[in-house]
Amino acid sequence: MAKKLPKTDVVIIGVGWAGGIIASELTKKGLSVVGLERGKERVTEDYYMAHDELRYALRYDLMQDLSKETITFRSNEKVRALPMRSYGSFLLGEGLGGAGVHWNGQTFRFLPYDFKIRSMTIDRYGKDKIPPGMTIQDWGITYDELEPFFDKFEKTTGISGEENPMAGKRSNAYPTPPMLHTPSMKMFTEAANKLKLHPYTVPSANLSENYTNPDGISRAACQYCGYCERFGCEYGAKADPVVTVIPVAKKTGKFEIRTLSYVRRILHKGGKATGVMYTDLTTGEEIEQPADIVVSTGYVFNNTRLMLLSKIGKPYDSASGTGVIGKNYAYQVIKGTAAGFFEDQKFNLYAGAGSLGVSLDDYNGDNFDHSDLKFIHGGNIAHTMTGQRPIQNNPVPEGTPIWGKDFKAKSLKYANSVLTVGSQGSSMPFRHHYLDLDPTYKDQFGDPLIRITFDFEDQDRELARYLSDRCGEIVKEMGGQNILKLKELGPYEITTYQSTHNTGGVIMGENPGNSAINNHMQMWDMENLFVIGASAFPHNSGYNPTGTIGALAYRAADGIVEYSKKGKLLV
Amino acid sequence: MSEQEQQSKPSKSDQGQTMSRRKFLTNSGYAVGGVVLGGVLGYLLPKGKKQPAAQPAPQPNENRNFNEALMFFNQEQYMITQAAVERIFPADDNGPGAKELGAAFFIDHQLAGDWGFNARDYMQPPFYVGEKTQGYQGRLRRREIFYIGLRELQNYSQTKYKKDFPSLTPEEQDAVLTAFQNDDVKLSTISASGFFNLLRSSTLEGVYSDPLYGGNKDMKGWVMREYPGNQMSYTNVIEQKFTVMQPKSLRDHL
Repeated sequence: MAKKLPKTDVVIIGVGWAGGIIASELTKKGLSVVGLERGKERVTEDYYMAHDELRYALRYDLMQDLSKETITFRSNEKVRALPMRSYGSFLLGEGLGGAGVHWNGQTFRFLPYDFKIRSMTIDRYGKDKIPPGMTIQDWGITYDELEPFFDKFEKTTGISGEENPMAGKRSNAYPTPPMLHTPSMKMFTEAANKLKLHPYTVPSANLSENYTNPDGISRAACQYCGYCERFGCEYGAKADPVVTVIPVAKKTGKFEIRTLSYVRRILHKGGKATGVMYTDLTTGEEIEQPADIVVSTGYVFNNTRLMLLSKIGKPYDSASGTGVIGKNYAYQVIKGTAAGFFEDQKFNLYAGAGSLGVSLDDYNGDNFDHSDLKFIHGGNIAHTMTGQRPIQNNPVPEGTPIWGKDFKAKSLKYANSVLTVGSQGSSMPFRHHYLDLDPTYKDQFGDPLIRITFDFEDQDRELARYLSDRCGEIVKEMGGQNILKLKELGPYEITTYQSTHNTGGVIMGENPGNSAINNHMQMWDMENLFVIGASAFPHNSGYNPTGTIGALAYRAADGIVEYSKKGKLLV
Repeated sequence: MSEQEQQSKPSKSDQGQTMSRRKFLTNSGYAVGGVVLGGVLGYLLPKGKKQPAAQPAPQPNENRNFNEALMFFNQEQYMITQAAVERIFPADDNGPGAKELGAAFFIDHQLAGDWGFNARDYMQPPFYVGEKTQGYQGRLRRREIFYIGLRELQNYSQTKYKKDFPSLTPEEQDAVLTAFQNDDVKLSTISASGFFNLLRSSTLEGVYSDPLYGGNKDMKGWVMREYPGNQMSYTNVIEQKFTVMQPKSLRDHL
């Protein structure tokens, strides 16, 4: 029999970006919030030895311990799903601040096209443009409705940036000016201008200058140390939940964080959530935390798995295309890149910041004509300087062996002389791509793991090749030689790192028939349960997702406060 | 007196250690029985060099690296690893190879800990042969893969050249490693190319990780590629042309 604790107004499952935002906004409005986090507590002082490529980038010090829990993967329903035994394709976060601690900080807004993707695609190209099996749908919200919340997230985090000429309208300028430009960023900008494209500085959560946000939180400027992705920031310069929203919530005295507390079920009765059951990982004890409102703010896989384990919402069935939980799992097409070798030039590639770069959206969303193309949407193209650390960055010209005398000589020669232009291709959902519970493999408690059924489609293959060609044109214009480009996307495989931008599973939409939650992130089937994160995305855009998650979380916070007063469905 | 001070103090026990190490080599050579004795002893003992009658006693202030000892490998495994990493990343005009950089010590130390045990990997059964896209699905842990892989390097060298791997010429060693890389060697227990890839990636880790871990000796791996290591700020150089600076390690940060 589980120990039962006193009831709280709101319980949050997972204290990362979404959980931190909900906690800060709700406690400001006087609600009592308990935050349950399965990982440990984290503070900036933990990153004193942060510049350690082996520990953080290759041994995944900040990531989820896969020995306790992982995911299983298969390309299609005919294949037996097998566990991801070690890290590869994506990296799962864990601990206070979640993956918000080791993100790069690139903070885009999804395009107006993203939120109306189905209707706008049909309007411009006709219904036949959407291939059979592609399950894109409008999000049940418009860019304009979400704009104030993008603005709010950017102010909280102090995003450094400049106007993007090919994106949705902004109500305000970015709170801080753009990051400094390296010589190679200037080369990219010049090349893009010559090609009549529209370059702009990547919007960055690594601060370009000291900044105090509307909550009164002050942070120092970025030092361009070159250790962002996979690392924590020892300066607190990179916006992360631990140095922005969590202290605001704590200061109210209304927020109680319990770390090492693994939520295993959402409890419910008569169509309403009554609280959660979690395991205290320090004692193994099962504990019941009753609450008026439950907010699931985990990563894509955790949010979806928790719904399925708790038997909330109708599980998606690919055969009939009905049900919603697990539907529209999408990813990102990241391999459409090009790298150029610069024979007589060296660059300070060791320096940088997670969001230091210049990008363009001429080939993103529906910013270009797709009439003669065999795909929809596109991707952001960027040249970024995130710090080329030596174990993981050893590019050599095509045909060079991967070890031995020649490898050593060439990898040293080009260690500071290769510039990459990359793309972040969008990912469209398909009827046969989804998440469900694995029938065989279990986690540390004996609960089933989440199972991914996913592969690249023709849409992705065409998109990757197209974006790689566009990247190649820019690298060439920059003066790069022996340009390496993508030849063939190949099947999706789980072993090579690509992107931790997984999406879908508990998606938002216009009605309960095609979505799990409404545009306040409120479950259609359970009005006092909110599910927030990239799990809400019906497809994935050609951008990093965090800006849009932040906006959806701020909007959800308003909705939850309203619900706490009115107590009914908000849509 | 601390343990370290005791160890660095010149004493008779240093001579005693030298003696016992020699005795150990002889014994271990004897113990391996089936393996060709000449080969084992042939590379463990320096060729054509007379052993000094006694090691010179270390001076009190001599800078000895106590980290250069083995946590996991035996002598034979260490010597094979050292020979192999040097072929993967050889000494050349640019600077030292993986051997001098201590990559074999690095790999030994890594295999002795969490990584060698796959402590943070999902190692639960059932184990099935999967698609290539599904990644490693074996039940063996990295330390077991190394254990088997190093022995198979030795076996293959014996079959092909009638010599142990460390005794082969560099060209022959390359041929052996290439055979593993291309899966021309058929093994029943592990994937030859899987082992090779593990060896290759851990060699690069040993060459370029912070010296804290036993490789990248004196930051010479970083110096070769003009990597500055652990610096607190690049704000002053971020807008500048290529700037070379004296590298720093995490030790400098304490």
